[in-house]
Amino acid sequence: MRPASLKEGNVPSKYDWPPAEKRSLIGKRHNRLDGPHKATGAAKYALDRNAPGLLHGKLLISPHAHAKVVSIDTSEAEKLAGVKAVRVIAAAGTELMWQGSPVAVVAAETEEVARDGVRKIKVNYEVLPHLVKEEDLNKAGGFTKPSAEQNQGNVEQAFAASDVVVSEGYYGINTITHCCLEPHGLAAEWDGDNCTLHSSTQAVGRVGGDLAKVLAADPGTANIKPANVRVITQYMGGGFGSKFSADRWDIESARLSKQTGKPVKLLLERDAELLMGGARPSDYGKIKVAAKRDGSIVGWQSESWSTGGPTGGGMPPIPYVFTEIPNRRMRHIAVSTHTGPQRAWRAPNHQQAAVLTMGALDDTAHKLGMNPLDFFLKNVGLTPRGDVYRAELLKAAELMDWKAKWHPRSQGGSGHIKRGVGISLHTWGGRAHDSDCRIIINPDGSVQAQLGSQDLGTGTRTVIGIVAAETLGLPLSGVQVQIGDSNYPASGASGGSTTVGGVSSSTRRASIKALDKLLEAVAPSLGTTADKLVAVDGRVQVAGDASKSLTWKAACAKLGTRKIEEIGRQPAKDEGNLNDNGVGGVQMAEVEIDTETGIVAVKKTVAVQDCGLVIAPKTAESQVLGAVIMGICSALYEERIYDQQVGKMLNADMEFYKLSGIGDVGEIVVHMMTGVYDGRGVIGLGEPPAISPPAAIYNAVANALGVRVTTIPMTPDKVLAALGQGGRA
Amino acid sequence: MSKIDSDGQNKNGQPGKKGFSRRSFLGAGVAGGAVATLPSSAAAAQGAAGGRVLGPGPIPVALRINGKVHNLKVEPRVTLLDALRNHLDMTGAKKVCDRATCGACTVILAGRPVYACSVLAVEAQGKDIQTIEGLGTPEKMHPVQKAFVDNDAQQCGFCTPGFVMAVKAFLDKHANPTMDDVKKGLGGNLCRCGTYIGVRQAALDASRELKGGKRA
Amino acid sequence: MQTFEYANPKTVKEALGLLGSQWGEAGLLAGGTDLLSLMKDYVESPKRVVSLSGIKELKGVKSSGAGLHIGAMVVLEDLVENGTVRKEYASLVAAIRGVSSPQIRAMGTVGGDLCQRPRCWYYRKGFGLFGRDSNGRELVPNGENRYHAILGNSGPAKFVSASSLGPALIALGAKVTIASASGNRSVDVEKFFVTPSDPHSREVDLKPNEILTEVVIPASGGAKNATYEVRQKEALDWPLATASVALKMSGATVQSARVVLGHVAPTPWNSTEAAQALAGKSIDESTAQAAANAALSKATPLSQNAYKVQLAKVAVKRALLAAAGKA
Repeated sequence: MRPASLKEGNVPSKYDWPPAEKRSLIGKRHNRLDGPHKATGAAKYALDRNAPGLLHGKLLISPHAHAKVVSIDTSEAEKLAGVKAVRVIAAAGTELMWQGSPVAVVAAETEEVARDGVRKIKVNYEVLPHLVKEEDLNKAGGFTKPSAEQNQGNVEQAFAASDVVVSEGYYGINTITHCCLEPHGLAAEWDGDNCTLHSSTQAVGRVGGDLAKVLAADPGTANIKPANVRVITQYMGGGFGSKFSADRWDIESARLSKQTGKPVKLLLERDAELLMGGARPSDYGKIKVAAKRDGSIVGWQSESWSTGGPTGGGMPPIPYVFTEIPNRRMRHIAVSTHTGPQRAWRAPNHQQAAVLTMGALDDTAHKLGMNPLDFFLKNVGLTPRGDVYRAELLKAAELMDWKAKWHPRSQGGSGHIKRGVGISLHTWGGRAHDSDCRIIINPDGSVQAQLGSQDLGTGTRTVIGIVAAETLGLPLSGVQVQIGDSNYPASGASGGSTTVGGVSSSTRRASIKALDKLLEAVAPSLGTTADKLVAVDGRVQVAGDASKSLTWKAACAKLGTRKIEEIGRQPAKDEGNLNDNGVGGVQMAEVEIDTETGIVAVKKTVAVQDCGLVIAPKTAESQVLGAVIMGICSALYEERIYDQQVGKMLNADMEFYKLSGIGDVGEIVVHMMTGVYDGRGVIGLGEPPAISPPAAIYNAVANALGVRVTTIPMTPDKVLAALGQGGRA
Repeated sequence: MSKIDSDGQNKNGQPGKKGFSRRSFLGAGVAGGAVATLPSSAAAAQGAAGGRVLGPGPIPVALRINGKVHNLKVEPRVTLLDALRNHLDMTGAKKVCDRATCGACTVILAGRPVYACSVLAVEAQGKDIQTIEGLGTPEKMHPVQKAFVDNDAQQCGFCTPGFVMAVKAFLDKHANPTMDDVKKGLGGNLCRCGTYIGVRQAALDASRELKGGKRA
Repeated sequence: MQTFEYANPKTVKEALGLLGSQWGEAGLLAGGTDLLSLMKDYVESPKRVVSLSGIKELKGVKSSGAGLHIGAMVVLEDLVENGTVRKEYASLVAAIRGVSSPQIRAMGTVGGDLCQRPRCWYYRKGFGLFGRDSNGRELVPNGENRYHAILGNSGPAKFVSASSLGPALIALGAKVTIASASGNRSVDVEKFFVTPSDPHSREVDLKPNEILTEVVIPASGGAKNATYEVRQKEALDWPLATASVALKMSGATVQSARVVLGHVAPTPWNSTEAAQALAGKSIDESTAQAAANAALSKATPLSQNAYKVQLAKVAVKRALLAAAGKA
């Protein structure tokens, strides 16, 4: 890893981030800009959309995991008072591949009547064979297929060598759902040929195009173009990777709205949200690791399998982080199941890779009789960023007090309460996405930053505001941030930790260009040239001479009647070194386990994260805290529970699809590697800290118990089974 | 601070979005919707009549929300949450689980926190209903709301209004909570983004702010 | 939720007049945290909902010579704040605190807790009280039974009683009063819970035209009592196993004991085996463990829930040690 400033060919640019001593807003602890709106309930989400005459849409979903629609009769539903339209989605003959598949949709004057209408639709299904569980490959029947094999070096030789220790084990992590609190969906309203969507999406710039493409094939909307569809997402209640495209039910909402001439709102009910709103694929694997007695890892062999629903599941990137293990063989089997299809889940495939890899390596350290901290330090050379990981491992160890807390397995304490600690390492890209930002400076001094981006709760609004205000020498309140609308300049979808790099870079460039224009306009009245002027502390002044200055407002008044409008772009050649790609992070978890009940409590988590320059530390830290908490949910609680006999998900609710509550997460220490890596510019943060928590907790549990609970989530039944106390192994 | 109005739209420089006033919305009369807003002194919010059987069609329901009486005509099966959200455009309380589990719909009913998804609107008559809309505004936040903002106890914000109301009700009862009290006393709300660390601190900060001060 | 008629009677008598003779005709609304969910899931669709919220005689907690009278519509939060309850019935306090959502405690009533339907996911997803598919096949034995019964499960009922207060009330020897048009009857809480043998009947001894009006807990007489719940989460979560105990002591020796387990059987499970194992003993780690082992000696776990045997033992042991002040 190199700081960006050391990159080949990098030349200093006026677009670069200001040096640390000159930053007045960047890196300071600002409250998120939209916090007051959210905390007071004033923030309006797609689910909150109301409008005169608005109709409520409700879906009829398949009750079967795998079935064919034989016949469908909507006549009774259509007759119901208050029902305004019924549309069939799965016509007779359609094969439905998972419970929850949309079958038909009803629009009615009230939510209650819409549900009544759904229940009046009569469908005959031919029920077909299904598979809804994948962990036991022996029961997967014909739904498996080899999907990957990779070889490197000489595996046979490496494992047969006389000086190696071989550790062998079974590791796994289950499928979980996104369980966004705001379900998927939108409200659609037409005005002539133009359609406005109030959508709960991570991509205001994409949903309209998706919709237009489909509707162009409909009679009546054949002339629709993406530009006819406006997407508004001022607030959205969680996506985590599952809300990028226009879903089938979104398209139906637009059709129902066109058909009825009324606004139609359709967001999924909670059961449908859990059934098909998105799933993180599972991964299970039998893994062998060979290491020399000094701890150097020399060989890896894995046979893994996973499902992501009907299309199977791909192999996660294993061995993870330690990608340079010299001899390795990976085979993977994809299992197709009749379950809701996978969607990207906050760092797709990385949690799975971390659990399998860090679990297997932690067991190897145990077999070698090594402290895993020493073992991982010994092997950081097998990673692409050894220096970063070394520094982070040492920092995390200090914050966890690893030296005092770690003990060899089976020495977790004398009573029934056992304590243990575990480590995991992770990596992510976080490259900036494409982004355009428009900065408007008005003659009255007001400033708008406009981007067709969206704030998922990550702090995007706040980052844009900080960058624009910093660049223009204004207080944060001096910039109006306008996002969440596809009418603004295009900015990428918010996924893969690409947003912060994209919007901060485009905003920085647009702000500098706009400021240049302002300085040019103001220079004559200050008797100088634009290159001598700077904007600081709400004033435009001659650099180094505050006596020759104008207030921001007075300076903008010099524009006369013409406002300044400038676009900044990401990427943009020769316009500064603003962002980079590729980070490492280390997390350590400490657990306390009641070995009589098998209940695991996470007492403390340390998250050490590199993400380059941090624009908004307060919201950045919230990202890390939240990522750790999501990981605790996954490690201990979350499980999509299907019954194979009937092919149904039994916990498509929030009662038994468990999430941790406020008392279920311990202390969390966040340490951002700021300063050291600032020179690299901005790098995305949403995914990386969400990767390691399950793996770190997994290893902490093994350390505490002395035995490994092989699969996540580590529920009491599995913990007790690992201890020989009966239960589900 | 950048200005965002209650529709999440910026105050100026916006391409036109068709808004609607509460009046026009209510006038649209969704399912026989609301007809009037009266001061609480009108004492219209009386309980439903004794042994009489009402419904199943729409029946008059008077709700005293944040000190004002709202007269609706809704079916007995309409929940308080749906009455607030669909009939009064009070959308601060969110519908998430709709099964008395997640807390996103929390409002304060007769001084106690309840899941509005699991109270029939007709059953909420004659009681004071306090919703997030009555607690504070972005310009004038209640100390609990301010503490949420200051501690960044929110990300996507969808659980936030319910959590704020739960914290408000909790502090009404526990003026001097410890961290342990907070961890044990707010077990009725779930967050997916993982904002609990901020919420804990917000509850403690707000309790200090409220101490001796006048409660909303 | 289907449409229904709504009534809000002011007296028990009025309410009784509004009930039907068959289940499904009328549903009693006593808090709403269970009934409304059942109705939203179309598991129950009563034609009429009779609210008990306006009936003053069902509210309030008062003491008499017979003990503590708790109205059926007393909410859990009010009960846990009652001075007598706090002083005498630690087992009840712990059971209520185990409902770790303040919202549920503010809404849920004593009567509602006792009459709530099982949380069995087969039942809640439309497979009936006994979890059968359309061919009548029982789904629980070979299905997802991790939270199901480990005791009293030899019949078709494999769900567990969800009542939080039931085990504590049984251990304390409480009775319920049930009103009908023909007058009141009093039933031991223990007998109030029944294991149904037909999927259309209830898990409690209540007829469609009856109302549970009050719970009477006899004066504790100094009996030591405690509840221990094994719950995975601190936040709102159903317990995996619980135990409530009440001990009449003679000095340091147990004169008589009641040990009642929760969430392990279709009813709260009063373990006479544990009671016998404790008689004449003093409570310590080993006698508590022996009683716990006795309580579960006849457990018949299903394919996935043997772990609950261990959890139930832990609950019994810890409840006993807590009651004896040795936790």
